[in-house]
Amino acid sequence: MSSRNKILARWDSLWVIRGELSRRTYLMFALFGMLVPLAAWWGVSVSGWMDKVFMPGPMDVVSRAYTWFMEDELSHDIWISTYRVLAGFTLSAVLAIPIGLMIGTYRPVQAMLEPLTDFIRYMPAVAFIPLVMLWVGIDESSKIAIIFIGTFFQMVLMVAEDVRRVPITQIEAAQTMGASRAEIVSLVIVPSAKPALLDTLRVTMGWAWTYLVVAELVAANSGLGYSILRAQRFMQTDKIFAGIILIGLIGLTIDQLFRWLHRRNFPWMYKK
Amino acid sequence: MTTKISIQAAHKTFGSGEKAIVALQEVNLEIGSNEFVTFVGASGCGKSTLLRCIGGLESLSSGSIKVDGAEINGPGVDRAMVFQHYSLYPWLTVTENIKFSRQLRAGREELTSSDVEAASGRADALINLMGLNHVRDAYPNQLSGGMQQRVAIARALLPRPQILLMDEPFGALDAQTREVMHDMILHVSKLEKTTIVFVTHDVEEAIYLGQRVVVMAPRPGRVDSIYQVDLPEQRDQDMKLAPGFLQQKKAILTRIRETAGMHTDYELLERMTQQAAQQNDMQ
Repeated sequence: MSSRNKILARWDSLWVIRGELSRRTYLMFALFGMLVPLAAWWGVSVSGWMDKVFMPGPMDVVSRAYTWFMEDELSHDIWISTYRVLAGFTLSAVLAIPIGLMIGTYRPVQAMLEPLTDFIRYMPAVAFIPLVMLWVGIDESSKIAIIFIGTFFQMVLMVAEDVRRVPITQIEAAQTMGASRAEIVSLVIVPSAKPALLDTLRVTMGWAWTYLVVAELVAANSGLGYSILRAQRFMQTDKIFAGIILIGLIGLTIDQLFRWLHRRNFPWMYKK
Repeated sequence: MTTKISIQAAHKTFGSGEKAIVALQEVNLEIGSNEFVTFVGASGCGKSTLLRCIGGLESLSSGSIKVDGAEINGPGVDRAMVFQHYSLYPWLTVTENIKFSRQLRAGREELTSSDVEAASGRADALINLMGLNHVRDAYPNQLSGGMQQRVAIARALLPRPQILLMDEPFGALDAQTREVMHDMILHVSKLEKTTIVFVTHDVEEAIYLGQRVVVMAPRPGRVDSIYQVDLPEQRDQDMKLAPGFLQQKKAILTRIRETAGMHTDYELLERMTQQAAQQNDMQ
């Protein structure tokens, strides 16, 4: 076979449907996927096609982030936003997991709560802002409440679905071994659903971050979302870019943390 | 032989009104202590439903199932069950799966400390008996289908159940693995003196394993006929080719075919052949 043919064959083997990719090749493609948009962005900004006010270049964004950090309160903004997201998210997880577990396990609870939850989750969280301000005021708890409203109802339904996906034979096997209902919940349903639950938390964490900006509309005077909104008023597009990218990076970090927890806690899923 | 399981006028209906399906109609059957009974029948004949009723996972619409003369009420540790698949706990190792029932209150209630020690020895004994020693710390998804079923059987046997209910346990295994599993389960039934009720769709398996083969028929699900198996107690794979074995296999298969209400449409096949021939002529 000529070397040309060999290269063609290798190229073709990359496109096997659901094929395998070596770690090195995977990283190369991932890097390519990240660098192309970055390069395009940089290209557009240096070409002068677009006014810097509309499209700041990568370097403008980096230097803006630097001054934000040095002269303004970037680290405080990051901290307070992360705190709001984590508080709202934790509150919803602490309530949604037991409620979803009950919905997915006992039919009467499902009948009582699932249609109701389905109904509420279609109400736009943003529309609750005036009510939240009225009820909880304008301090930290109102921002946490908005994030909670945005994530909790979805989370309940997803947890219930995870619990319902536990194979019935796993439950019946425990029944024939004489397990009581409480034992089935604690020794079969919970451990069986755990990996799916952690994935649900990972996905809903993303939603919590999207509700952050909404939450910081509510009379905030700090935070990444608030800074983005204020930058809009002063036409500081570079700061808007910096804020958005920072939220993306924090989200990516937390996502990776969840994936790491998954591999660490459920080694049996990764052994073949 | 003393009666272990007694099924009297068992009736089971799923749904209600016009859509009601009679899964079991007037089933009467006695199963002896330490007997190995196999159930075969066309799909929808209620063989799995009957097994699940004995296990207490489903309840009868009317009639009764008694074990040692006492009517059953839900699942119990005296009746263990082995399913076709997906019943092992993937987050536990082989050993932890086998010992699962020991963390349940029902399994601990009457135990003294020496019983606990004996039970620990029992887990090891079962691991050895099932040939699982080299995989005792592996997780279920690292094992082949046959190995997984060995774990499921060992787990079911741990609390020394008097009755083992098996719902097509080898249905997903390849032919060679099945043969190995057949001899293994026969051996276990002798050692453990367990009464075994075994549901399958494979007639050969039913005859090879069973002392009696119960043929069930669908619509409504009922016991159609019972065949006594006349094979030497010590089974051996070559017996499957003996004339007596083949004769009985043929008789049972014919009976199942008659009750299934399904048959090959020879007229259709004939028409297909003719059409294909015509097309070939035209070319």
